[in-house]
Amino acid sequence: MRIRSAMRRAGLATSLVLLTSGCSRGVLNPVGPVGSAEKMILINSTAIMLAIIIPTILATVGVAWWFRAGNRKATYRPDWEYSGAIELVIWSIPALTIMLLGGIAWIGSHDLDPAKPLSSSNKPVNVQVVSLDWKWLFIYPDQGVATVNQLVVPAGTPVNFTLTSATVWNAFFVPQMGTLIYTMPRMATHLNLQADKPGTFQGESAQFSGDGFPGMQFQVHSVPPQQFAAWAASAHSGPALDGKAYADLVKPSSYVKPMTYGSVSPGLFDAIVMNKAPPPIAPATTPPAMHVSPKTPLGPKNVR
Amino acid sequence: MFGRLTWDAIPFNQPIPLITSLVVLCAIGAVGAWITVKKYWPYLWNEWITSTDHKRIGIMYIVLALVMLVRGFADALMMRAQQTVAVGASQGYLPPEHYDQIFSAHGTIMIFFMAMPFIIGLTNFVVPLQLGVRDVAFPTMNNVSFWLTASGALLVNVSLFIGEFARTGWLAFPPLSEKVFSPGVGVDYYLVSLQIAGVGTLLTGINFVTTILKIRAPGMSYMRMPIFCWTSLASNLLIIAAFPVLTATYAMLMLDRYLGFHFFTNDGGGNSMLYMNLIWVWGHPEVYILILPAFGIYSEVAATFSGKPLFGYRSMVFATLAICVISFMVWLHHFFTMGAGADVNAVFGIASMIIAVPTGVKIFNWLFTMYGGRVRFTTPMYYLVGFMITFVIGGLTGVLLAIPPVDFIVHNSLFLVAHFHNVIIGGVVFGVMAGYTYWFPKAFGFTLDERLGKIIFWCWFIGFYLAWFPAYALGFMGGTRRLQHIADPSWQPYLDVEMVGTVIILAGIVLTIVQLLYSIKTREQRRDITGDPWDGRTLEWLTLSPPPHYNFAVLPDVHGEEAYWTRKQTAIKLDRLIDEPNYQPIEMPLNTPVGVICAFFASVCGFAVIWYIWWLAILGLIGAFAVFVWYAWRDEHEHVIPIEEVRKNARERRRIRQEHLQNLSQSI
Repeated sequence: MRIRSAMRRAGLATSLVLLTSGCSRGVLNPVGPVGSAEKMILINSTAIMLAIIIPTILATVGVAWWFRAGNRKATYRPDWEYSGAIELVIWSIPALTIMLLGGIAWIGSHDLDPAKPLSSSNKPVNVQVVSLDWKWLFIYPDQGVATVNQLVVPAGTPVNFTLTSATVWNAFFVPQMGTLIYTMPRMATHLNLQADKPGTFQGESAQFSGDGFPGMQFQVHSVPPQQFAAWAASAHSGPALDGKAYADLVKPSSYVKPMTYGSVSPGLFDAIVMNKAPPPIAPATTPPAMHVSPKTPLGPKNVR
Repeated sequence: MFGRLTWDAIPFNQPIPLITSLVVLCAIGAVGAWITVKKYWPYLWNEWITSTDHKRIGIMYIVLALVMLVRGFADALMMRAQQTVAVGASQGYLPPEHYDQIFSAHGTIMIFFMAMPFIIGLTNFVVPLQLGVRDVAFPTMNNVSFWLTASGALLVNVSLFIGEFARTGWLAFPPLSEKVFSPGVGVDYYLVSLQIAGVGTLLTGINFVTTILKIRAPGMSYMRMPIFCWTSLASNLLIIAAFPVLTATYAMLMLDRYLGFHFFTNDGGGNSMLYMNLIWVWGHPEVYILILPAFGIYSEVAATFSGKPLFGYRSMVFATLAICVISFMVWLHHFFTMGAGADVNAVFGIASMIIAVPTGVKIFNWLFTMYGGRVRFTTPMYYLVGFMITFVIGGLTGVLLAIPPVDFIVHNSLFLVAHFHNVIIGGVVFGVMAGYTYWFPKAFGFTLDERLGKIIFWCWFIGFYLAWFPAYALGFMGGTRRLQHIADPSWQPYLDVEMVGTVIILAGIVLTIVQLLYSIKTREQRRDITGDPWDGRTLEWLTLSPPPHYNFAVLPDVHGEEAYWTRKQTAIKLDRLIDEPNYQPIEMPLNTPVGVICAFFASVCGFAVIWYIWWLAILGLIGAFAVFVWYAWRDEHEHVIPIEEVRKNARERRRIRQEHLQNLSQSI
């Protein structure tokens, strides 16, 4: 599989080869079915279009060069300005390409609808995602635990995300898992992803949300299912995410180190969606609360 | 008394904006002093600032655009430098609250105050000449449009020195841009300056649609209009349709911020998704407002320098209008990741891709325009070929982004940022640079230096590829936009290449200034005596360079699709000019200070609204209104150019053209 995909890449233009060379952690190295399918559509569509645009680029350079004013071998046709046959062809080529790609887009949009559950024999894990200023809260309603800036999921099992924001817009994105989706205040979006194998992947916000935005990175730990169950059980020893702890958590902070809560007030997620949870304390763009010293070595770090 | 305005608004403790502001103020002061010493003020006031001449207004727009290009590019350099150094353990030299202003200002300035004025300036200068008429439909309104745009640009730049600019990105999405999350004056600067400039742009749209539909030389039917006029018509129709949406959207956000309304807030029933839809209902047509006139420039350049008519003219007109209409039906592709259903995403995705069809047709038509031609590789032709190569790549990435499942993994990424810079630099910037070089001799009577022009092209071309192709790669690596700090040290080589590309583009921009100064210095050697330096095909090349105030002594009779080319060929064949027509006195609109005074009051009012200085805001409004009342009661609005002067100038032109004709006949 790895060799085949490597060969397919080699067949594409140099630009794409350049692109794939340095990105072992990006969307071209998917770890689950959603990301793989999206990468496939990306590669196929690029290949289809390259088949048109590479000849077009070559023809542009070639025609411009051949018909240069100094070339007396080229035939000058000063009045040649229309050809019905050529017009038919040049309308048809892009039209046919777009019909093909339009088909890919239609089918792909339906197959990869973020809200559509993934087919799997394993029962999905439910995770509720809340974007805060400027960190991520992950609530596991079935396990009754919650984490900040780290997402633990069982490998080979679909994860059913429900997402919202307690502040401004953000976008939940784990490049290697696929589809990103907005988190929006007073609204819940749905997303289904899966990591096939154990591993650690980088996650981020993909929608600018204020001064602490670059510090909204988090890690996804995909672990074997038994280990996930063990983790959830052991997580119960952590502090409780009650009203007071939540009120503390929503204070703006960035580059927050991962945390785990052993219990969660029931209905917290719904309260956040309904705007009934304790609101963010301070404005999102007020700088003093979040301050990163230039000397601070980066890495998960709580600067509150 | 002064609302929110205190001494704290001046960035005394921030060296970068403080020093920049002081340097800019010194530069403005020096220019002002130079003008005063040379006693140029009356000339500037009478001939330029108050001018209702579409050519001069066009040139002022382009001067504004070039100045704002420098400002916007300075922002780009700072951003690139920050991202190059703020990798891994380093936080760079710009704190987030400063960096976030810079990328917001960069986008706002480059779109609203660089690209728009450049395009509108070229439209202003060229369209009436190409239509064979003497001015636009509403010459005074044209002057008002320009000064309102300049007023918006002024306010945006004032934010550098007094207060701050928005830290929200160039479209200021709520709820981030709401009072709760952005309590400062930054978003207010953004909203107020764009409201003022937006009115100017809307007036321009009305002006040019009216001009093109109602005022054309005798015989110039729609299907005989030069293609640049068609693309300008489409662009200005889009302005009329889209800019009111922008004004209304910003008005709603202002009501939220100023009067506690709840259009887009998190509470009180507000809905921020509404803003996202509305802003892109304007935002997507906006990119076609910019690119369509650029397509027109490329078409003119292709035909002129290939020595052939534009291939498939009717097809091009149809493609232009198709893009004009479809561009209004695709706005949702900017937020596939909002979670709309598969049907909605797929429909908008396919609609977006359909735009690639007429655009592809245009590329092929330019190709066939060159085919069978005698291509002269002047600077504008370099831009055309560079554009065709670059733009199809931008089209490819654009179609990728239009496929919802692909967008799901590159939305908001550096891939997206690379895509729109690919089409804006490779499409709009190359286009306006081609147009600037192409029409410069018409405006000033001498050509720009060709050798420097080609070096500038290579700087933009190579610089673009180095600056933005690594960004495509970073997008695939999960790189998102607007990062003040970059966590992954493996990005460093890509960022370094981007920095090199940016420095090469910087060289191109510096050389543009050098080229201008050098060409002015050596203008005697590069005079355009004939008015037709490129062997042109459209009516602007019929008149002298620079054209007289009234453009044409007698409006030309148009026969055929290429009005001037047909006339030139007939003259060569018969070996004589057309018979001397019967000259008449010409009525031209008077110059008026109404635009600049109105914009002055608009700036005062805008500044006052930003800082909550209500009494001053009211004074500004009264002032602006009073100017209009005063203008409405004017007694004279036209002056007559006497027949003697018209005849004298016209005979001089005929003498020059007669010589030119002999040269042409001999060379054949």
